Amino acid sequence: MATSAPEPLSAGIEAPGRLRQPKQVIGGAVAALVAGWLIVKAVGNFGGFLNATLLGLTLAGLYFVVASGFTLIFGLMRTINMAHGSLYLLGGYIAFELQEKLFSDNKGGFELSIGQSSGETQYSTIEWLVPLLIAALAMGVLGVLIYQLLLRWNQGQELRQALITIAVIIIAGDQMLAHFGGVAKDIKLPASWPTSVDIPLIGSFGFFRLTIVLGSAILVGLLLWWMIKRTRFGLITRAGVDDRDMVSALGINIPLVFAAAFFIGSLLAGFGGVLGGSMLSLQPGQDSAFLLNSLVVVIIGGMGSLGGAAVGAVALGLVQAYGASYLVFGGTDLTNYSILLTFGLVVAVLAVRPYGLFGRPA
Amino acid sequence: MPPDAILEVKNLNAYYGPAHVLQDVSFEIGSEPTAIIGRNGMGKSTLCLSIMGMLQKVDGSVRFHGEELLGKPPYKVAAAGLAFVPQGRRLFQSLTVEEHLRLVSNGNGNGRWNTERIYELFPRLAERRRSGAMQLSGGEQQMLAIARSLLLDPKLLIMDEPSEGLAPAVIDHLIDAIRGLSAEGTAILLVEQNLSVATELADRHLVMVAGRIAAETTADELENDPDAQRRYLGVEPLAEEA
Repeated sequence: MATSAPEPLSAGIEAPGRLRQPKQVIGGAVAALVAGWLIVKAVGNFGGFLNATLLGLTLAGLYFVVASGFTLIFGLMRTINMAHGSLYLLGGYIAFELQEKLFSDNKGGFELSIGQSSGETQYSTIEWLVPLLIAALAMGVLGVLIYQLLLRWNQGQELRQALITIAVIIIAGDQMLAHFGGVAKDIKLPASWPTSVDIPLIGSFGFFRLTIVLGSAILVGLLLWWMIKRTRFGLITRAGVDDRDMVSALGINIPLVFAAAFFIGSLLAGFGGVLGGSMLSLQPGQDSAFLLNSLVVVIIGGMGSLGGAAVGAVALGLVQAYGASYLVFGGTDLTNYSILLTFGLVVAVLAVRPYGLFGRPA
Repeated sequence: MPPDAILEVKNLNAYYGPAHVLQDVSFEIGSEPTAIIGRNGMGKSTLCLSIMGMLQKVDGSVRFHGEELLGKPPYKVAAAGLAFVPQGRRLFQSLTVEEHLRLVSNGNGNGRWNTERIYELFPRLAERRRSGAMQLSGGEQQMLAIARSLLLDPKLLIMDEPSEGLAPAVIDHLIDAIRGLSAEGTAILLVEQNLSVATELADRHLVMVAGRIAAETTADELENDPDAQRRYLGVEPLAEEA
């Protein structure tokens, strides 16, 4: 099972002088192996390779939106909000329900996600955007409540905070199952949007994935970058990653800053949930799946680093997309095991860079 | 005891796990500069952290102008008028010089200290305003650590080993700067192992031994008592150094 650091980024650019440790040599060899394998695949079917790459990048966009909120909270507070994935799923469900309840023509109608009925509502752009905004804001507020009610009085006790938020996952997961059921739900996209666009060499590709998801990820990334680099809140956040106690000793109201970070981070989880619910679907289990994705992204990229989250998301997205496309050897289909590649990726990155690609010791 | 006590520490205890680091520390300081001296590991830095609210396991009382500080988080201690220059400086490695100052200054410009005045006091920082904190020399880092604390317009400045790791010429510059602050009316609590720095800056000296204030003395007494220097600091006396 071969995998490596993020493919297009690290393969082949490591200077020979840096490859002194055996594990780095092994890491480089594995990277070269994977790169070679991908080149063989790419030469065999270039259009297919581009398609898989684009699928991976759009998936990475979704992962980045969710994980950037996660890493913002973690970086500043050294708190892993395990319920981040629950905010993702609940955000998606709330948008779904709002769209149904507020805008559907036949209220309380279909439960089945299959069988596109001819009588199905045609939603407008506003009827997609309004649920998105409300759901994202609601998740932001819920995140602040989780912080204020459950985490604030356990400041500095990481294990307790992790256990408390794991309890939130379990309770929220069961409540969502009870209320929304086990059948996959889709948030409906505006009828006026094209379903696909034609790209040279690739052919037809999902419009929503390519423009909205990827565009949102880039926009979120730029906005967060601007916030972190240019605003005083960003200064406090960066200083807080280095030395939280010292920031507080300089008169900065750290609990207030934490609440703000929780709001933004949780809002991004909810936003991601709406994107994910529109691009994929919503179903039980995605809360922990997206917690896991976020964990993998920030572990690869380095806890608390925005650039790291971007690189980690791209690495994870590409590995999953290539795994789903290329794990077929002759007649043997191993794509079911592509999830293992994800962990192979984590192991490979941590073997070479124990704090992640852009991380450093806390 | 100073007649105009501004900081009163009473029966202060601090613990690291099972270790009882500060044991019933009691003292008062007034507006004149006060030094706390003592060997390594006697609890001097722990005392600073306890006063600033940066330690969890503490009990006793720390009053500043009558207001109880113990149990308050650091940002409220800072709001009461205390500022802290910690041991090792604890600058933010992700921030530049300029960003350190922007972090603290709220931009209201009403206080005694603003960025321009900081750059007047430490022109070297103005030259290096775009440098990352970790690219600065030891002396520049210390200036920055003092600068960012001054932007809080503190009534009391607590400095933990400001001369640590600095060259003698840099120390002289630092002493001048701190004297200037003191002359302007900022009260100073100085923790030092470098006896010549401590005696230059403060007349009143409290000696810390094994988590307690063991003695109170003055700069004159210390300078003229090589035996006390050996006892309290474990250093060779000043006279023999020269």
